[in-house]
Amino acid sequence: MSKETASKSEYLVEVNGLKQYFPVKVGFMKSLPLKAVDGVSFAIRPGETLGLVGESGCGKTTVGRSLLRLYTPTAGDVFFDGERVDEKSITHMRKQMQMVFQDPYSSLNPRMTVEDIIGEPLDVHKLYASKGERRDKVLELMELVGLNAEHATRYAHEFSGGQRQRIGIARALATNPRFIVCDEAVSALDVSIQAQVINMFEELQEKLGVAYLFIAHDLLVVHHISDRIAVMYLGRIVEIADSNELNENPIHPYTQSLLSAVPYPDPKMAKERQRIVLEGDVPSPLHMPSGCAFRTRCKYATERCAQECPGLTDRGNGHQVACWVK
Amino acid sequence: MSETILSVQNLHTSFKTDKGSVKAVNGVSFNLDKGKILGIVGESGSGKSVTAYSIMRILESNGSITEGQVLYKGQDITKFTEKQMREFRGKCCSIIFQDPMTSLNPVFTIGMQLKEAIELHTERKGKEAEARAVEMLTLVGVNEPEKRIKQYPFELSGGMRQRVMIAMALACEPDILIADEPTTALDVTIQAQILELMQSLQKKLGMAIIMVTHDLGVIADMCDEIIVMYGGRVCERGTAEDIFYRPHHEYTKGLLRSIPNVDRIGEKLVPIPGTPINLLNMPKGCAFCPRCENAMKICIEEQPPEMQMPDGHFASCWLNVKAEMEAQKGGRQ
Amino acid sequence: MSTRDIDKMPKKSPFSFQIDLQKFEKATDEEKRQQDVMSESVSFFKDGMRKLMKNPLAVGSIIALILIIAMVIIVPRVVPYSYSQIITVNGKRDKTAANMAPFEYSEKELEYMADGGEVFPHIMGTDELGRDYFVRVVYGTRVSLIVGIFAAVLVLIIGVIYGSISGYFGGKVDLIMMRIVDIIYSLPDMLMVVLLSVVMREILSVDKYPMLQKIGTNMLSMFMVFGLLYWTGMARMVRGQILTIKQNEYVLAARVSGAKAGRIIRKHILPNSVSVIFIAAALQVPSAIFTESFLSFIGLGVQAPMPSLGSLASMARSGLTEYPYKLVFPAILICLITLAFNLLGDGLRDAFDPKLRR
Repeated sequence: MSKETASKSEYLVEVNGLKQYFPVKVGFMKSLPLKAVDGVSFAIRPGETLGLVGESGCGKTTVGRSLLRLYTPTAGDVFFDGERVDEKSITHMRKQMQMVFQDPYSSLNPRMTVEDIIGEPLDVHKLYASKGERRDKVLELMELVGLNAEHATRYAHEFSGGQRQRIGIARALATNPRFIVCDEAVSALDVSIQAQVINMFEELQEKLGVAYLFIAHDLLVVHHISDRIAVMYLGRIVEIADSNELNENPIHPYTQSLLSAVPYPDPKMAKERQRIVLEGDVPSPLHMPSGCAFRTRCKYATERCAQECPGLTDRGNGHQVACWVK
Repeated sequence: MSETILSVQNLHTSFKTDKGSVKAVNGVSFNLDKGKILGIVGESGSGKSVTAYSIMRILESNGSITEGQVLYKGQDITKFTEKQMREFRGKCCSIIFQDPMTSLNPVFTIGMQLKEAIELHTERKGKEAEARAVEMLTLVGVNEPEKRIKQYPFELSGGMRQRVMIAMALACEPDILIADEPTTALDVTIQAQILELMQSLQKKLGMAIIMVTHDLGVIADMCDEIIVMYGGRVCERGTAEDIFYRPHHEYTKGLLRSIPNVDRIGEKLVPIPGTPINLLNMPKGCAFCPRCENAMKICIEEQPPEMQMPDGHFASCWLNVKAEMEAQKGGRQ
Repeated sequence: MSTRDIDKMPKKSPFSFQIDLQKFEKATDEEKRQQDVMSESVSFFKDGMRKLMKNPLAVGSIIALILIIAMVIIVPRVVPYSYSQIITVNGKRDKTAANMAPFEYSEKELEYMADGGEVFPHIMGTDELGRDYFVRVVYGTRVSLIVGIFAAVLVLIIGVIYGSISGYFGGKVDLIMMRIVDIIYSLPDMLMVVLLSVVMREILSVDKYPMLQKIGTNMLSMFMVFGLLYWTGMARMVRGQILTIKQNEYVLAARVSGAKAGRIIRKHILPNSVSVIFIAAALQVPSAIFTESFLSFIGLGVQAPMPSLGSLASMARSGLTEYPYKLVFPAILICLITLAFNLLGDGLRDAFDPKLRR
């Protein structure tokens, strides 16, 4: 695994060998570790967007949550702005690292008004001197995300999915964070609303210089918004590269089949493309295959793939791949 | 010329709720030819799923078809008795749903559920039905079908369950298969497998498919003909190429501009402004008017008529009427 | 596409109606916005109350309960008898006034009225000791209601606190706390009441605490048993609710914002469980009243002469064939109160339970 040794200023977020195991009961006294995240390393520069893609069960959501210390990592380090993230430092770091959630319906408290929802981070960190100041800040944030100021006293359930997501984004921006984890933030929205929210993410990045970890399963969206993309499979990153580079030149067999499976909204292209259809199903993370986790579905698998797990190796141009064969 | 196997004419469906009447489908008309794949694309609230459920007449108790006809081989399904509907469902037309987890009964084995469908609609019983079940499972690409027959739904993966659903739907060789967002809940690679399966089955068995989805990528890949729905009405209908390359409705154009596409990576997306329509408060005129950048005064007041475009497909938009009028005026001069 | 049936359908030719060319001008933003109206703001509570008021059974129950409470408050002021007062006429005890039917007058009273005196009618007759039954029934209702509500409140407080701690912290804390609940749940309540009342009688020798004498050691032990045993159901339910709510992403969002456990419980978890707790509390009341009635019926409830609906019913057992009304009145009231609270609880659940919302 290549460790990226960086000076304090270059990387905003650095993750090294992050592991997150959850014990799962499988018998009377037995429990097996569910290796949701099994050794993940990456780094994000200030103002950059790293896309994290993979299918269900690959661990991408867990990475986001472990990063923000919603779970205590089983192993590995996370550095924010050069400082290590741990039990103590997380309290003041929470102002700088925030999250936007997937489900606009369950991520907002149905009993709170919009003003209270957006103002909560301000309350927790005591970022205002008076009620008036709080109100002003909240209204400012609402304007930033395109919400009508007169809606501040309404309740969350009166809004549509897209508007709720904006409320969630306003909440995430309340403490002026430098890094936001977007956990499938647009996946639950209608197509026409997705575009509005995606554009808003981009505008906010231009205006405020926020860095994003954009977790999603829709490759076209991720490709559009990310500077770099990391592909995950069963808890490990199998490939990481610049967005365009990954799309034009995918090296890892999983990435290749993933990209070829994405349906293009274009009939002529759809008919012309070559599909690489993977056989079989994803193995259970409780019983991961030895060595490379992908070898059970890979047509290039060799002996070595079963014995040793490949680490990420540099192929030039910042393009890293974890594969023995390719 | 292909034979029309299903003709939906001016279908209106609404639901009674304690907040009023929700008009989910508002005058939808389209035809389905034998052996063709028709896609119904729209966002949430467009009425696409309700249209499909209306055809199968499996609406919830507070929903009903208030107007219109659905002609299957000349007979009007909306007038069928419950007995006739039972014959129709499964044998002439079957449906697969979005969430394979909840559409399979968790307390019965796969085998029992398949056999139930087979025994209800064909002559086969008992051992024969079981043999047919194994046959169907092989057809849909489930490995080790004899073993799978004895398994319960929770033992199978999502993709596998969807295959079983497809097997159940096709067990009686219906003429029409309705697929309601069949791959939305599946991973991208599994989705590709299932779509490929559906295409190969369609070639093999020759049934017509109605594919209901919001995913334009899936539509582009699978469908011969497409109808675009918004607010319970049909905006545009035509072949896949008509819709994607020559859209003539502002909503279709807006949708196509707002999705990221491979050849436009890096270009800013152009979203459709506003929020999706509230079905409790339908506007008098065109359903899309509040969000349309080129809306005219007439759009607010009257619903646009369906017009045929020069290349043969149909769209319901006043802008086309305006263009036609100007062309005529120009011609006259 | 080929021309087919629907294409051949007569279409309104666009030129067939009077086209106002002006209408083809672009619509202004204002004109479009008028179509996009947001419905009025309703808070969760108001929305639920609106639904509740639409439910005829719930509204009926509320009216019935209001009437009963009104009766309990007003009647003792109107009717000149007290619950322990034995009927006297002209200051003398009236032995003939025992066991009268409703609206019957005793001989002495009839004489009194013939002489020009006024006797307030005995709306429900009298009991075997010559006490006005109506007043006794009304007092009995009051006692039953108070006991029922107090017991429900006690159960509510203990259950909510216990359940929320157990549910929020989870893990080992939850495990131990729930096992304690299991043990308590398996203790026989009747036995406990009897034992406690005996023990109480010994410990609290009645002279020292005259207040307690009025309530009676039975009542005390009954309250103690409620407090010790009956909160388990509520605790389990609250814990379940909290576990469900914890899963919601807004709780996670609060953690990401940096909120600590106390704030999360106060601001996020409890407000969202209030409706469910409220409903459960509403359903606790009839259960408590019924239990109290039952205990009084078997003699473990309030001490004489204070009546409760259950003890009245019990005393009515003897002489049932001759004076059936003595059982009928308290029984009807027990049924009415229990039914009203149950229907109200059901109505509340239908109106407020988030799970049942579309």
